[in-house]
Amino acid sequence: MKVRIKFRKYGVMKFIGHLDVMRYFQKALRRAEVDISFTGGFSPHPIMSFAAPLGVGLTSDGEYLDIEVNSTDSSEVMVKRLNDVMVEGMEIVSYRQLPDKMKSAMSQVAAADYQLFFREGYEPADWSAWENAWNAFLAQPSLVVWKKTKKSEQEVDIRPMVYRIGLENHVITMRIATGSVHNLKPEFLMEAFYRYAGMEWKPFIFQVHRVDTYMEEEGAFVSMETAETFIEN
Amino acid sequence: MRKLALSDEILLTIEKPARYIGNEVNAAMKDMDAVDVTFAMCFPDVYEIGMSHLGIQILYDMFNRREDVYCDRVYSPWTDLDKIMREKDIPLFAVESQAPVKNFDFLGITIQYEMCYTNILQILDLSKIPLLAKDRTEDDPIVIGGGPCTYNPEPIADFFDLFYIGEGETQYYPLIDLYKEHKKSGGSRIEFLEKAAELPGMYVPSFYETEYNEDGTIKRFYKTNPHAKDRIVKELVMDMDDTYYPEKPVVPFIKATQDRVVLEIQRGCIRGCRFCQAGMIYRPVRERSLEFLKERARTMLKNTGHEEISLSSLSSSDYSELKELVTFLIEEFKDQKINISLPSLRIDAFSLDVMGKVQDIRKSSLTFAPEAGSQRLRDVINKGLTEEVILEGAGMAFEGGWNRVKLYFMLGLPTETEEDMRGIAELSDKIARRYYEIPKDQRNGKVQIVASSSFFVPKPFTPFQWAKMCTKEEYLDRARIVNHACREQLNHKSIKYNWHEADVTVLEGVLARGDRRIAPVILKAYEKGCLYDAWSETFRNDLWMEAFEECGVSIAFYNNRERDVDEILPWDFIDTGVTKEFLKREWKNAREGKVTPNCRQRCSGCGVMRFEGGICIESKN
Repeated sequence: MKVRIKFRKYGVMKFIGHLDVMRYFQKALRRAEVDISFTGGFSPHPIMSFAAPLGVGLTSDGEYLDIEVNSTDSSEVMVKRLNDVMVEGMEIVSYRQLPDKMKSAMSQVAAADYQLFFREGYEPADWSAWENAWNAFLAQPSLVVWKKTKKSEQEVDIRPMVYRIGLENHVITMRIATGSVHNLKPEFLMEAFYRYAGMEWKPFIFQVHRVDTYMEEEGAFVSMETAETFIEN
Repeated sequence: MRKLALSDEILLTIEKPARYIGNEVNAAMKDMDAVDVTFAMCFPDVYEIGMSHLGIQILYDMFNRREDVYCDRVYSPWTDLDKIMREKDIPLFAVESQAPVKNFDFLGITIQYEMCYTNILQILDLSKIPLLAKDRTEDDPIVIGGGPCTYNPEPIADFFDLFYIGEGETQYYPLIDLYKEHKKSGGSRIEFLEKAAELPGMYVPSFYETEYNEDGTIKRFYKTNPHAKDRIVKELVMDMDDTYYPEKPVVPFIKATQDRVVLEIQRGCIRGCRFCQAGMIYRPVRERSLEFLKERARTMLKNTGHEEISLSSLSSSDYSELKELVTFLIEEFKDQKINISLPSLRIDAFSLDVMGKVQDIRKSSLTFAPEAGSQRLRDVINKGLTEEVILEGAGMAFEGGWNRVKLYFMLGLPTETEEDMRGIAELSDKIARRYYEIPKDQRNGKVQIVASSSFFVPKPFTPFQWAKMCTKEEYLDRARIVNHACREQLNHKSIKYNWHEADVTVLEGVLARGDRRIAPVILKAYEKGCLYDAWSETFRNDLWMEAFEECGVSIAFYNNRERDVDEILPWDFIDTGVTKEFLKREWKNAREGKVTPNCRQRCSGCGVMRFEGGICIESKN
């Protein structure tokens, strides 16, 4: 049976990188005595797949992990069992069954919503000037930037990867392409803006928070969680 | 939410921020203000090393069982953070509470190897605790040291208020009680140390002084405070089942060196290898019961979620119920896909059978530690492993499909001759020949033999504590002889020979057998920038050599002379239970090439029988 787990990552856990989050869950699933399926071979490992790796320093309310289990308790019981073995900063939101034919979380991811907060001490000196520049930046029909790939550096238009963007009460919100087909990092977009506006870019200006992760269904973005069904007793 | 001692900017700039944030699974979060005594437990090396240490896990669990005590953990900041902390004047903190180390009642430092001594100074310095015990005030924590290096605490005596000699399980509760009472009554630091000095195993270095002869040897070591003891008898646990052992070890987020459940099956060793300090100071052998270990294996795996369990002891093959234990682990945890990681077992039919079950033969290798190349020298060091046993074990393994062998040796052992050195190459070749006796169609490709040698460092409380060490050049010459001999062998293409750095060995020698005159050298080396000396990438031999020269301390005096058996040694005031008479006898036996039987074969009267426990009383039943 395929199961999708939704979790939150916050507080000091933002300093734990993706590989260590994987290790953390391998051990947490054992502590919660989840009856997880293993791969075959001489060194079997639990079958699990994460939707979209979250960078170090980011927090999230919408992380997803798919696992395969041989047997399970109800969603309600499993959420409790898992939360009982979590540390502060990791919280299980849901544990639901996936259709057997469902593709893996990682290959489904298409977009994610983010919130960007100015870190204390990094706020703009002149808010209205900042906002004017921001609006002018976004008004451009294309946003061509140099993007480094594994092999070379090339010019890419990132505008099509930005699906929605807004600014309210000094918090930037955005929905941008995420996943294996197109992938844009919020910090990358912001760096392009700071360069466009002739302002100095520093990696710590924003605290970035992922709100949720989405897959594409019939031309629309739906939360990764909607593919799931509750497991009753 | 917890407030961290370091800003996001710092944490996101340095390597592995997870080293400094605490919050690990099973960490004991407590309110510092709600307890009577706070203890910062430190491993003076990087987090991944410190988190792998069983002793700290045991003591951490033991302290935190008490509601009136909070024990938090401290590790050496890596060089990147070290630099930032100095620049920004950030005081060192404990990982869970994130509170400055200086705010704790105690700073306990475990001292597992000599090459961490400059890291001890880093910990004190970054914590803003005066480096020298004599400069500390009522505002500073009591700095207490423990662990194997405290069996000769003299080179670092100036940096500590107190040393705990022996196993931590027995006297920490009384020490805490004493401190609690002392805190209530508002006594001074010195008054507390005077009371502590009367507890078993506790050594307050400032209550003693040393007088030297003109030739540099010790003339007299004497007490200057009436509360101090004449001799410090090591502390040890007698009942290994009725004692502290964690049920919920802390699980780090980043991969620690020891990323698994560790089951300590026994303490001590029956073998009596004459170079081995652990084999002497942890006597007598005390086993944990099979039932205890089975129960702990289950609970610890359940509570940590680790996917691997390993056995820990000085010589696991000597554990009397090893077969039952290993069979149990394999059977019990098979379905949960738990890996069983076996320590280096003696290679025989049983261990090969077990290894075949728990590891991939194609990927694993056989390990032998003959320690010396010839039977004569193995008799000198009392290593009861013969060439016949090695060849028989290797042969069995080769027939079972193994084709990789690791061999461990030491160079520079007392009485070593060129013949002994060449013996390393010859033994390696004989093992390769044994492999090629197997018909070609039944062999699993070529054999690979990796022989490694470290350089011998004489340690206190061993029969070799009086021995002369080689100089760096002598060590390297010996390694070259072995290397050359390896190339002359028939199967030289199958043999790879590695040897260690000699600079570190020389330094380790001085720190291991030094006296109080070494402290200024350590201090000077630290001031010059020495740190993480156990790491080859950060070890600065040039700075250490400058420090020796500027302090006018001769390395040769400590390393390159044979000590007279009647010379007063810096560590003579410590009593490990093993008598000096026994060590002298063993030193003589060594030079005569006489083997001493192991504790299970026959008691050799080393002296630890007076503790009335472990194997000393088992054999009487």
